[in-house]
Amino acid sequence: MNEHLTIYPIIVHLITAVLLLFFWKKPKIQRYISILGSTVGIVIAGMLFHRVWENGILSIQLGNWEAPFGISMVADTLAVTLIVLTNIVSFALSIYSTENMVSSRIKFGYYAIFHFLIMGLSGAFLTGDLFNLYVWFEVIIISSFVLLTIGGRKIQIEGAVKYFTLNMISSIIFLTGIAMVYGATGSLNMAELSRIIPEIENKGLMQTISLIFFIGFGVKSGVFPLYFWLPASYHTPPAAVSALFAGLLTKVGIYAMLRVFTLIFPLGETNQIILMIIAGLTMFFGGIGALVQKNILRVFSYLIICHIGFMVGGLSIFTQVAIVGAVMYMFHDIIVKATLYMMGGIMFRIFGNTKMEKMGGLMDNYPKLSFLFAIPLFALVGIPPLSGFWPKISLFSASYTANEIAMLVMFIFASLITLIIIAKVWNNVFSQNPESIETKSSFKYFKDFNFAEKAAYVVPVVLLVGVTLYYSFFAEHFQLIATRIGEELMNTEHYYNAVFNINEKTKL
Amino acid sequence: MKSLILKTVSTTLLPLLILFSVFVLLRGHYLPGGGFIGGLIAAIAFILHAFANGLDQTRKLIRIHPGFLIPVGLAIAILSALAPVIFTGDPAMTGLWYEKDIAILGKIGSALFFDTGVYLVVIGVCLTIIFTISESV
Repeated sequence: MNEHLTIYPIIVHLITAVLLLFFWKKPKIQRYISILGSTVGIVIAGMLFHRVWENGILSIQLGNWEAPFGISMVADTLAVTLIVLTNIVSFALSIYSTENMVSSRIKFGYYAIFHFLIMGLSGAFLTGDLFNLYVWFEVIIISSFVLLTIGGRKIQIEGAVKYFTLNMISSIIFLTGIAMVYGATGSLNMAELSRIIPEIENKGLMQTISLIFFIGFGVKSGVFPLYFWLPASYHTPPAAVSALFAGLLTKVGIYAMLRVFTLIFPLGETNQIILMIIAGLTMFFGGIGALVQKNILRVFSYLIICHIGFMVGGLSIFTQVAIVGAVMYMFHDIIVKATLYMMGGIMFRIFGNTKMEKMGGLMDNYPKLSFLFAIPLFALVGIPPLSGFWPKISLFSASYTANEIAMLVMFIFASLITLIIIAKVWNNVFSQNPESIETKSSFKYFKDFNFAEKAAYVVPVVLLVGVTLYYSFFAEHFQLIATRIGEELMNTEHYYNAVFNINEKTKL
Repeated sequence: MKSLILKTVSTTLLPLLILFSVFVLLRGHYLPGGGFIGGLIAAIAFILHAFANGLDQTRKLIRIHPGFLIPVGLAIAILSALAPVIFTGDPAMTGLWYEKDIAILGKIGSALFFDTGVYLVVIGVCLTIIFTISESV
């Protein structure tokens, strides 16, 4: 049966998490189970991707309830590509966590919650029902809250409170939007909504609802002006958790925006302008914020915000090329942002802290590592031929052809400011030698690690850098995928036909 | 709280409450009740016992660590959700029903197993939380 495969990415991580709960007190076994589960996850995600790529959009009606009444799970190209990337990141982090996470944290259920979070992400990508999307968002929030606070250091709790409050508020706003949609249309099935909404006469109400959704997703993805929770919390947990959050959590908000604003509420002129202004301000304040930070992890946090603007901006232009650019940027960003935080974890082990003025000389002491770290940093700036370059071509040309010169200027500004920030980071951390590096006696430095411990830190980074390089040199593959995604997003009948099993060759 | 009255009552109430919780679990498919509320009632039975007789007595009574019930319940729930995929090839979470009525229980379907899983998870979570809190006080 073909369509069963649709929900297997969720089931794999659910089963892994439950298995991990059985081995609650045995951290060593948990590490192996987690790596095994993530490996199976990659295989299944790959199979699902292959199936969708060959045969078009797959859908399944959970519990065998017919489409508008039951919950549909829909695997279109956007969803499955994100699931593949999610599983790659989760595999890398499973390995990274073996050393980055101390046993006491694993005994508090770190790995189980980690897999519950991946399950929530997969569910959010696959679901075809608005309320079900909300439920997956809750799964994600609850798991991420546990991951943030595990260990219970004071700074973690402080970050977690801010994180939780704002995300809770955004969930409530999202839920309000869902209630209004249901009140106005009587349906929550995304495919059905794509047909009902255009026929509703009260356009003002639909406009309002779409903006309520935008606020809800905007808080989650960290757009201006509601991004303050992000730099306040992302640097507090251990690097593995931050990497997971940086790579995937904010992108779920962007994914939801891409889905809702193409399928359910196609952007009108007003919303386009609102999104453009927000995107521009997000890039501006994110970039400026990153410029003044002293802590390298906080620099990365602000860079996340800055680059969220690229994706929202791409969506706001709302032509097919721009959507392709936004989607491609998202793929690049997931991998690179996760890599950055994993690098941050290694730097913390090398220097003993994350303040940039107390770092330096990485180039002299660890030339190979520096070379490795340089790739994601340069990819972030978008130096050709590295991965950040390709989506930016699409975004620049789309904004130019759509005659959105202000957006083009903001894209260029954000790229330049990223370049300045990366140059500053390079200068501080890699080349310049610090005046004095204090050594803490009770701290285990990177140079004291044995080979296996070093490998657990470096191998996942190498893996993700490998993906970045693949993206860089075989960008046409991603371009092909993104073009098909753009086509699927802009022509909603593919999605509709897949959900309602209308026989049509969805192959493009 | 050492009170003779509470102690006596709790020993009588424990089996009654557990029986009642199973009753609520079983009627849950069509009537108010179900795994969640049944689990809460069962957890209350043990918590009452712990109040009256002390935590150690209750621990001895349950024997296993209540946290162990969480993965067991989850596993049962997952299996009941996946049963249609394995046996009949229907999408996950399709309700499967055994045709004949069974005495006392009535009709049995995969939904009952799902509810049983929820029941165990709720007992496990509640008891773990309450035991941990009363330990640290």
